[in-house]
Amino acid sequence: MHVPERCMPELMKVNIAMTLHRRAPTPIRAVLRAAALLAASLAATLTLALAPARALVEIDITDGNVQPLPIAITDMISSDGLGAQVTEVIAANLKRSGLFSPIDKAAFIEQISNPDVAPQFQSWTVLNAQALVTGRVVQEGGRIRAEYRLWDTFAGQQLDGQQFSTDAGNWRRVAHIISDAIYKRLTGEDGYFDSRVVFVDESGPKSARIKRLAIMDQDGANVRYLTNGNDLVLTPRFSPNRQEITYMSYGSGEPRVYLSQIETGQRELLGNFPGMTFAPRFSPDGARVVLSLNRDDGNADIFAVDLRSRSTQRLTNSNSINTSPSYSPDGGQIVFTSDRAGKAQIYVMGADGSGQNRISFGAGTYSTPVWSPRGDLIAFTKQTGGEFAIGVMRPDGSGERILTTGFLVEGPTWAPNGRVLMYFKEGAGSGGARLYSIDLSGRNEQRIPTPNFASDPAWSPLLQ
Amino acid sequence: MQLSVIRVSRFARNPAFIALFAALAVAGCAKKPLPNNAADLGLGAGAGAATPGSPQDFTVNVGDRIFFDTDSSAIRADAQATLARQAQWLNKYPNYSITVEGHADERGTREYNIALGARRAAATRDFLASQGVAAARIRTISYGKERPVAVCDDASCWNQNRRAVTALGGGA
Repeated sequence: MHVPERCMPELMKVNIAMTLHRRAPTPIRAVLRAAALLAASLAATLTLALAPARALVEIDITDGNVQPLPIAITDMISSDGLGAQVTEVIAANLKRSGLFSPIDKAAFIEQISNPDVAPQFQSWTVLNAQALVTGRVVQEGGRIRAEYRLWDTFAGQQLDGQQFSTDAGNWRRVAHIISDAIYKRLTGEDGYFDSRVVFVDESGPKSARIKRLAIMDQDGANVRYLTNGNDLVLTPRFSPNRQEITYMSYGSGEPRVYLSQIETGQRELLGNFPGMTFAPRFSPDGARVVLSLNRDDGNADIFAVDLRSRSTQRLTNSNSINTSPSYSPDGGQIVFTSDRAGKAQIYVMGADGSGQNRISFGAGTYSTPVWSPRGDLIAFTKQTGGEFAIGVMRPDGSGERILTTGFLVEGPTWAPNGRVLMYFKEGAGSGGARLYSIDLSGRNEQRIPTPNFASDPAWSPLLQ
Repeated sequence: MQLSVIRVSRFARNPAFIALFAALAVAGCAKKPLPNNAADLGLGAGAGAATPGSPQDFTVNVGDRIFFDTDSSAIRADAQATLARQAQWLNKYPNYSITVEGHADERGTREYNIALGARRAAATRDFLASQGVAAARIRTISYGKERPVAVCDDASCWNQNRRAVTALGGGA
């Protein structure tokens, strides 16, 4: 195992005691109601069994609208600007999720000066802030200590409190980790903010595009280039458990699939195949890569490569295009694209190639299937009526829902919690694609900032 | 206008270009014509009449590319005529190795289009082979939708991008 970059080997996490039990009862209700409402309405909309057990009981689930939870996020107290910067990252994360509505700081009545003292809850409830975040950031030498408390304003209680210490250079990660903690405490679901995205950066005119692999935080910060643009590179994907990506490169003549170490840039050819290889993706345990091999007759079959032994296993054998394989999260099945029935459609097979069954039957063509990390849905690109769409369906092909459409929308990738999708989208005449994210409900489409045009996003697991 | 006049003289040996640029000059249109093949790009025709057996000769007088229908790798009738000319020329000049580049338009997803471009390249190679070109001379490569020659957002460009290009030598 490699040590992940920017990982915080010395990250200390301490739970801050919930010392403030003054007004006991009618607890929590307001916040929990809101949180449960979120969960319940999402569950109703998506027929997903999400929801924290604690919340659903007293909720009216007939309301399908997600009302973002009003939350007050006060600047972390610090002797320099870092507290405000951390706060800004947290607020932006929560806002972008679509589930929270951070209240304008200008409206704040109480100015928090000592985060160890309980806030005046009434000055927050009058703003209808159902939750309140306070905290501080202390710099000591090259390190920082960040702590936060999450308050239920209507119940007058602390819901959560944690302290982290780490290298100062990791301050954005601390902000993401705190965001994830708040998200999880209030929605009952794991967060996704402490994660990264690898993508293809696109510059230059379309007829002579320069494509570079780049990596960034999920919010678009900390962009770093992994290749220099000399070679055409496509379809990067993260290893689930190593600081490693797999992608396709036209580097040395024959286009092929490579493995690359994110930290060192060290690159190696994957497999010893007799032709072009493409469309790679890791297995959920990181032990294998599935990919397509171009056959001499022009068709393509799917193979699995064991990364330890480098042995290969052929999974399809049909006179058609078989590509874009993606494992189910338990590793037992693979979803892929094939045009064996005439046009591109989605199929599911056992991880050994057994039982290949078509699951997409709607109008148009289907491609780029990607299995949700929850296992319950498959995201895809659909083309019909001259338009592209991103949608999801269950692994048996039922319950198809389109989340977004456009002149070009392509290549969904799942956030680690299976709640949000990222993809690339291009309007007619816009000159190139940009990255966007959208909630599984089909709401809250957001553009992810990138330095140039961008495509082929792949979301990492939560960082370790 | 000055620029157009200069370009006309440079392309003077290509009647199509004289007509095209004259038309543009008259219309005062600043829009560049869409490059369609190497000759249009001025790569082949400018320096002089193509020497028989030269790459320019192949590109200009034979035609280095064929086009496909949407999501198809079938060799169309017009493409068969072009490939027959290519095969005749390649059989006459057997020292050239050949790279057939398969391409797709932008109206497909990336990985599928890489596969589709490969299938178009293979179909083109097979047709050339059926016309007597030794298969061992022909390498194929697919660029999917990554190397469009015509850039716009409608069928007039997509039609040109669904193509297989027969490149002499190692190819691009």
